[in-house]
Amino acid sequence: MAMTFHVDIVSAEESIYSGTAQMVVAPAEGGEVGILPRHSQYIAQLKPGEVRVKVSDSGEEHSIFISGGLLEVQPHVVTVLADTAVRAKDLDEAEAKEAMRRAEEALSDRKADFDYAKAQAELIEAAARLRMIEKLRRHTR
Amino acid sequence: MAGAKEIRTQIKSIKNTQKITKAMEMVAASKMRKAQDRMLATRPYAEKIRQVIGHVAMAKAEYKHPYLEEREVKRVGMIIISTDRGLCGGLNINLFKKAVLAMREWHDKGVDVDLCLVGNKALGFFKRLGGNVVGKVNHLGDQPRMNDLIGTIKVMLDAYDEGRIDRLVLVENEFVNTMTQKPRVTTLLPLVPSEEDELKHHWDYIYEPDTKPVLDTLLTRYIESVVYQGVVENVACEMAARMVAMKSASDNAGDLIKELQLVYNKARQAAITQEISEIVSGAAAV
Repeated sequence: MAMTFHVDIVSAEESIYSGTAQMVVAPAEGGEVGILPRHSQYIAQLKPGEVRVKVSDSGEEHSIFISGGLLEVQPHVVTVLADTAVRAKDLDEAEAKEAMRRAEEALSDRKADFDYAKAQAELIEAAARLRMIEKLRRHTR
Repeated sequence: MAGAKEIRTQIKSIKNTQKITKAMEMVAASKMRKAQDRMLATRPYAEKIRQVIGHVAMAKAEYKHPYLEEREVKRVGMIIISTDRGLCGGLNINLFKKAVLAMREWHDKGVDVDLCLVGNKALGFFKRLGGNVVGKVNHLGDQPRMNDLIGTIKVMLDAYDEGRIDRLVLVENEFVNTMTQKPRVTTLLPLVPSEEDELKHHWDYIYEPDTKPVLDTLLTRYIESVVYQGVVENVACEMAARMVAMKSASDNAGDLIKELQLVYNKARQAAITQEISEIVSGAAAV
């Protein structure tokens, strides 16, 4: 019986995998790393890629795609903190700008609510007109 | 007989309302269960990160990350998590009360507050009240995604990095149980490492690529996960509060109907009695 250790793969939204394994292979920043039992304490950033968990000698393997994250290794526990989304610095930047823009827009533009009401009124009017046309058509037939 | 007819239409309309509130109650109940499951699913990540941060903070005493350092407070950032929709009792109002109290406390100390709002209700409230809103996100739905929050949180983290704010607090609802949701204010930044982490054994990680980037990512992810957790918890709170509110609304409607039914019966009886007495007296006159 080969040595095994515990593996947890978690993301902020859910727990993805939890179980024992003989080896874990993860895509670290500097290249793929394979972790065996009794590895010393190790912490690494992960690139988007595949995390492979070798469960037993018979070659049973789980393969999980992650879009980046962190790998934490303790002698008997390995944790993969997976990101939930593809993260890139410029992408985050764009998101941040978007959030600020939304706030400004919502505060300065008080018309937003009125526009909604106006659109609704127009919609009702259009629907009424459509009904009218339909009625007329039926009459002429 | 006119009175009786009016009462009948009133009963009917209340019955219709009751149907709606019943339906909303049941929808909220089933959504609450799902939200609770999601809430539990987010726990392991945050717990794990907290542990790792604890280790790293202990092991790397010489490198002080700005997120771990206390500094003099000149301006505070506040993330307020509210719901998008109403009809959930006093959930949002209680939260805003707490937030406003905290804001006043800061103001008394001469500290300004920047707001970052999650959810429509907070936006509506602080639009009316006024306040310096620097970021907002809404329409997250019942299954909030991390993606939608990243930008909003980054606004605050950037502000902290650049020294525009010196403290970041989170105002959120705590899900105690179905009947109780408690508003709570927690400090996100600066992060104080918990003391209970073991100090006896000193070891350090092997870092790849280096301490700083790893710790940076760790701390950012941690803050994000805490806020995300707050948002998910808030959904559970919203559903629970709505369920309770709608249940009491349905019960109220039931009571109203019962009372109105009695009044209606009396009115009907009175009308019949009047008619009979009219007929009898008419017959007697002939």
